[in-house]
Amino acid sequence: MTPAVGNARTGPTTVPLAGRRNRPSPVRPHRRRWGRTARWGGWLYVLPALLMYAVFVLRPLALTFQYSLYHWNGIGVARWAGLDNYLTVFTDRDLLKIISNAFVLIVFFSLIPVGLGLLVASLVRRITAGPFGTVVRTILFLPQVIPLVAAGIAWSWLLSSNGLVNQVLRAVGLGGLARAWLGDFDTALPAVGVIGAWVLLGLCTILLVTGMSKIDPALYEAARIDGAGPVREFFAVTLPSLRHEIGVCLTVTVIAALASFDIVYISTSGGPGLQTTVPGLEIYRLAFSQRQVGLASALAVVLMLLVLACVLPIQRLTREEKG
Amino acid sequence: MEVSGLSRKHLRRGLALVVPLLTAAAITACSAPGADQASPEASAAPVSTELGSGPITLEMYAESGFPLAKALADEFTKQYPNVRFNVREDQFTVIVENAPRVLASDNAPDIIRLPTEVDLVKDGLLKNLDPYFTAYGWDRFPASQLVQLRVAEGGRPRGTGSLYGMGLGYSVTGVFYNKALARQVGMTEPPSTIAEFEELLAKAKTAGVQPIMQFNKNTAGVNFPHQALQNQFGDPAQIADWIFQKPGATFDTPAALKATQTIQRWAQAGYFPKDANALDYTAMMGEFQKGHGLFMFNGDWESGNLDRSMPGNVGFFLFPTESGTGRHVAMSAPNTFGVGAKAKHPDAAAFFLNWVHTNPTAREISVTVGGSHPGGPSDLAVPAAPAGSVLAQTLKASQQLGAENGAVDFTANATGGIFAAAITPELQKLVAGQQTPQGYVQAVQAEYAKELSR
Repeated sequence: MTPAVGNARTGPTTVPLAGRRNRPSPVRPHRRRWGRTARWGGWLYVLPALLMYAVFVLRPLALTFQYSLYHWNGIGVARWAGLDNYLTVFTDRDLLKIISNAFVLIVFFSLIPVGLGLLVASLVRRITAGPFGTVVRTILFLPQVIPLVAAGIAWSWLLSSNGLVNQVLRAVGLGGLARAWLGDFDTALPAVGVIGAWVLLGLCTILLVTGMSKIDPALYEAARIDGAGPVREFFAVTLPSLRHEIGVCLTVTVIAALASFDIVYISTSGGPGLQTTVPGLEIYRLAFSQRQVGLASALAVVLMLLVLACVLPIQRLTREEKG
Repeated sequence: MEVSGLSRKHLRRGLALVVPLLTAAAITACSAPGADQASPEASAAPVSTELGSGPITLEMYAESGFPLAKALADEFTKQYPNVRFNVREDQFTVIVENAPRVLASDNAPDIIRLPTEVDLVKDGLLKNLDPYFTAYGWDRFPASQLVQLRVAEGGRPRGTGSLYGMGLGYSVTGVFYNKALARQVGMTEPPSTIAEFEELLAKAKTAGVQPIMQFNKNTAGVNFPHQALQNQFGDPAQIADWIFQKPGATFDTPAALKATQTIQRWAQAGYFPKDANALDYTAMMGEFQKGHGLFMFNGDWESGNLDRSMPGNVGFFLFPTESGTGRHVAMSAPNTFGVGAKAKHPDAAAFFLNWVHTNPTAREISVTVGGSHPGGPSDLAVPAAPAGSVLAQTLKASQQLGAENGAVDFTANATGGIFAAAITPELQKLVAGQQTPQGYVQAVQAEYAKELSR
């Protein structure tokens, strides 16, 4: 997870997900002596992983694409559908609403955790060293360790009509606001978003704190000598130095938002109505409960493309301007 | 420079690898999915009603939280030690999702708890039980008992044609009530008309008692009262036709509309919990057992449970008719179990199903463990339940319903996807005031038509 910051030897720094093919091959010194054997020997080491990748990633990917071109119930013989399923994905009102729900979740899963994470990280930056820092980091990171299913259940208790959230509201005289947060048409999606924000805030904060600890303290000193206050310092020094970390945070959380499933499935099952149904949940429902494997696959392909369309620009933006 | 030469080489190697992968993908892609599925031929082989004495292991796929299947299996092994059961359990919704693939696999279960049979029959995954029907003389059972388990050739309509399942108990639904709260609101006996029922709802509301405790999260529990009303407002045969997918049947009927309007009225009056859309089934049961709620629409599978948790404090009645006269109509369905088309021991599986319906000990277990009517021939006595228990009341209601021929299946069972895709989200909208009664009826029918057109 730690981004390769300041690794000057490899030339242009790369985020971990980016290509590695420009790196000099470790096989090179032996190449002349070992000839073809060594050339293929390298592949032998990679083979097990590659095989796994082919069987569990590439083949399902190809099959999903294939299925998306058929009407199929998963058992009987499929009927050729051409692009019908894709047409349905882009014209069905319910499916469009479901896709738009995922984009609303980006606000909660990405923007809020990254925004709050920056704030929290700059606050705790000074105490990162020492035992207190460890405690802070542990507490912040805890939501990441808890299984999402458990988090979903715990939060659905907190947010229920008689849950802690409403108890607190009533105790401070705001009982009028109390409601079944996950069962109310207006609040269900934001409530699910809050759960996601809680889970991802820790991850973002930790990444950002780690990034901050690598910033040269001299920069801060210089800024202070120039008369910069904490706010100016943040925008002039901290933020630009954290471009990579923010890129990683955004990438991970945007994917989490668009491909969300567990939290939604556990806390609301997509209800009330279609208020919190997200593509991940709908793909599962279409494939396994309604047995429309073709349509489910088409939605899955579209979801994958949407994820790429959102994540690639983030990757590009956070990569280019560093140098 | 050499580095760039190398990188080109790497690229070439990468390509060399990608090409066969893509080829492999293309090969998998050239035949239509499912084309290799051999449809199991309808075997005309004679069936046997003998169990024999050789060792047999029956593969059973049952529902977790439904201890009856395991209890019956254990008793069967006690009586026939050469037969052992390998029981696999999953939640019902998981079975619904898994059934087609499990039945199509080489390790297909002999006995499986079934969701809706229609799709499975269409795909040739279930054993036609007609030969056993003849061999065991199941024609001695009341015909209405097995009608929901019949499917016409090709999967449609249901309710007629060959037999594809049997019930491990036959459930009935109605209204449970909290006796202490009933006294509090002045209810001395179960209501005999819908108007009386609504009066009680209003009285409870005034007295500060939650009139109906009903869940509506995950799956629409409000469909229980909805169909209870729909059953009374029109000809139940119309509902049955719709559930059985008879040509021309529609949900867009005056009865369904009136039921939906009533539900809307009840929701607006606060007769359902305010947070119904955030209450799931377990939460509803918990609340009712805590004494929150005068009425709860549910089925006899909870009788034993309620007798334990609220002894002497729970009553049950069949939902009343509109006029107070005429036969009762209620949702009642077998706890359906079928035999896989690829089952290794279909004869033994059928022997077990017949035993469940006719063996005195098995019938006893169906009542005490399952809480349901054991079914079987009408001349066999129904095992007695403890006097004063709600179990005794649900059993009596079940017999009454059988005598009045008033059983209808659940609208939720009409198609494989109707409950999740239409009834649940649309009822959630309805009780939250986000959908009109007319809109609800049309939305459900639209989804139904869409599914049948596939």
